[in-house]
Amino acid sequence: MATRVGQPVPVTAPLEPAARAARLERRRWYRRRSTLGFLLCIPLFVIIGGLVLYPALFAVYLSMLNKAQTKFVGLANFKFLLGRDLFWMVVQQVVVFAVTAVFFKAILGFVAAHLVNNLPQKGQRKWRGMMLVPWVIPPALSTLGWWWMFDPTYSAFNWILALVGGPHIAWLSDPNWARFCVILVNVWIGTPFFMIMYLAALKSVPAELYEVASVDGASAWQKLVYVTLPMMRNIISITVLFSLIVTFANYDIVRVLTNGGPRNMTHILGTYAFRLGIESGDIPLGASVSLVMLPILGVFAAFILRGVRQRASEL
Amino acid sequence: MSIAADAALGRQPRGVFGRSLRRGRRWALILSYVFLVVFGIFFLVPPYYMLVTSLKSSSEIASMSTNPWIIAREVTLENYRMLLGQAQFVRYFRNTALVTVLVVSISMVTSVLAAYSLSRLRFWGSGLLATGVFLTYLVPETLVFIPLFQIVGKLGLLNTYWALVVVYPTIAVPFCTWILIGYFASIPKELDEAALIDGAGQIRMLLTIFIPVAMPGIVAATIFAFTVSWGAFLYPMAFIYSTDQLPLTAGIVTTLIKGDVFQWGSIMAGALMASAPPVILYAFLMDYYIAGLTAGATKG
Repeated sequence: MATRVGQPVPVTAPLEPAARAARLERRRWYRRRSTLGFLLCIPLFVIIGGLVLYPALFAVYLSMLNKAQTKFVGLANFKFLLGRDLFWMVVQQVVVFAVTAVFFKAILGFVAAHLVNNLPQKGQRKWRGMMLVPWVIPPALSTLGWWWMFDPTYSAFNWILALVGGPHIAWLSDPNWARFCVILVNVWIGTPFFMIMYLAALKSVPAELYEVASVDGASAWQKLVYVTLPMMRNIISITVLFSLIVTFANYDIVRVLTNGGPRNMTHILGTYAFRLGIESGDIPLGASVSLVMLPILGVFAAFILRGVRQRASEL
Repeated sequence: MSIAADAALGRQPRGVFGRSLRRGRRWALILSYVFLVVFGIFFLVPPYYMLVTSLKSSSEIASMSTNPWIIAREVTLENYRMLLGQAQFVRYFRNTALVTVLVVSISMVTSVLAAYSLSRLRFWGSGLLATGVFLTYLVPETLVFIPLFQIVGKLGLLNTYWALVVVYPTIAVPFCTWILIGYFASIPKELDEAALIDGAGQIRMLLTIFIPVAMPGIVAATIFAFTVSWGAFLYPMAFIYSTDQLPLTAGIVTTLIKGDVFQWGSIMAGALMASAPPVILYAFLMDYYIAGLTAGATKG
């Protein structure tokens, strides 16, 4: 991070007046620099302090009020949630949703990164560019496209299924298919991110390691397990944890595709909090639902921070 | 794409490695192309289908007698024309553009100043603050949107797009600051020394050395800020309900979809037009975009 720049090593030997004056000057220079450093960060303080930190603490306070926000009720909102079957179903759904989606994103991203990396150098850019398209379109809008493909009467997928004599599937009105669909769309949007991260990591593995492994007679599989994976371990864990956070806290896909339905079966914490807090006007209860995410996200965040620090010190 | 030709032109191992290895590599390459085409189909089917739908007439979509994956009757721009002639849709575009320009400006000024300070000017707590910036990047929107709803309400901004101008920087600033710290920290200290000896002040140094040298990072951060504020969805859904204040994402989802008979052609045309600016930006600046995406985990 910041280091002292352009300054000679401070002298502590007996001081003549000129040297003392120089030292004073230097100290003033450091102090001025610190003050300026602080001043330049003020906009950051305002944005992060006022619109992230304060809201996060405010959420804790809000979650302990009654619906009209007139009375302090302690943990009653949480107690109420814990007693509801729907809440537990949402928790179960969000865990299944996030874990499954991240698992497939990680696997598919890994495969795609290897495929692109196999190509001759000059062809890679084109493929990489094409495969990033799902990540670049705003998720709410690309999900609209999926929604249309899943449409019950006009479904383009069912048209293909009908062609091969398959069944007619009620993609978004059958709970299990609806759950499958939200995961599928999430995988579609998120896989490119994994691919790009892994591709960057693959390129950072020194080629000599593979040459040495080849000389030792390692098979392709052995190279993957003993060279590639250990070298990428850090990036893989950072990417997976980061994606777990984002997927856990998803809103766009479920809102556009199913809006929580059928019969609330596809709600995840984000959409459920929205339903309770904004649509039904019970702000404290909605805030409580959001806060349920906090401990899980906190643990993931701590591990990511550790991974990023390790990575920074390795480079 | 001629797969065989590409494969034949591909890398050929030289010398000591025998024919079997060369053949193995060739097969690996061909297989790679086959699977990449599968991936390509998976990734491009939704945008393709959106495009096809948007170019069809409503009667063709409704009749259901033709193959939905192709335009069987006639290509029509009617859906696009209809939307662009609709004051409401143009209004969404204007709102999104205005909000995005303001948010990108606010976010970039904030992040450049903060990143310069955190990477070069030390002050009490600056190390901790840099870590804090990274952690706020991990705070998802769904965690704070309800308290923000109240805060925005108290500020009197509820149901105006100014709420978005105030709130969106919280999504962009942490990541932008974080990657810019990385870019600034990688600038050699000798450059600062030379500038200091020449008598340049800190601000002049930032403007004349750091910003030009770290331009790729600044471009990457700008693209990021642009993309998140163009595509943000949860905050406008929560804070805005008047149609004249909505941005594109929320506007298309809440107002183009109405009634029992969906205007599929125009919904898809709207979604495509709304996606165009980030996609075009990305097509031109892909390398910066990718550098920015991967920098989050590798720099700092």
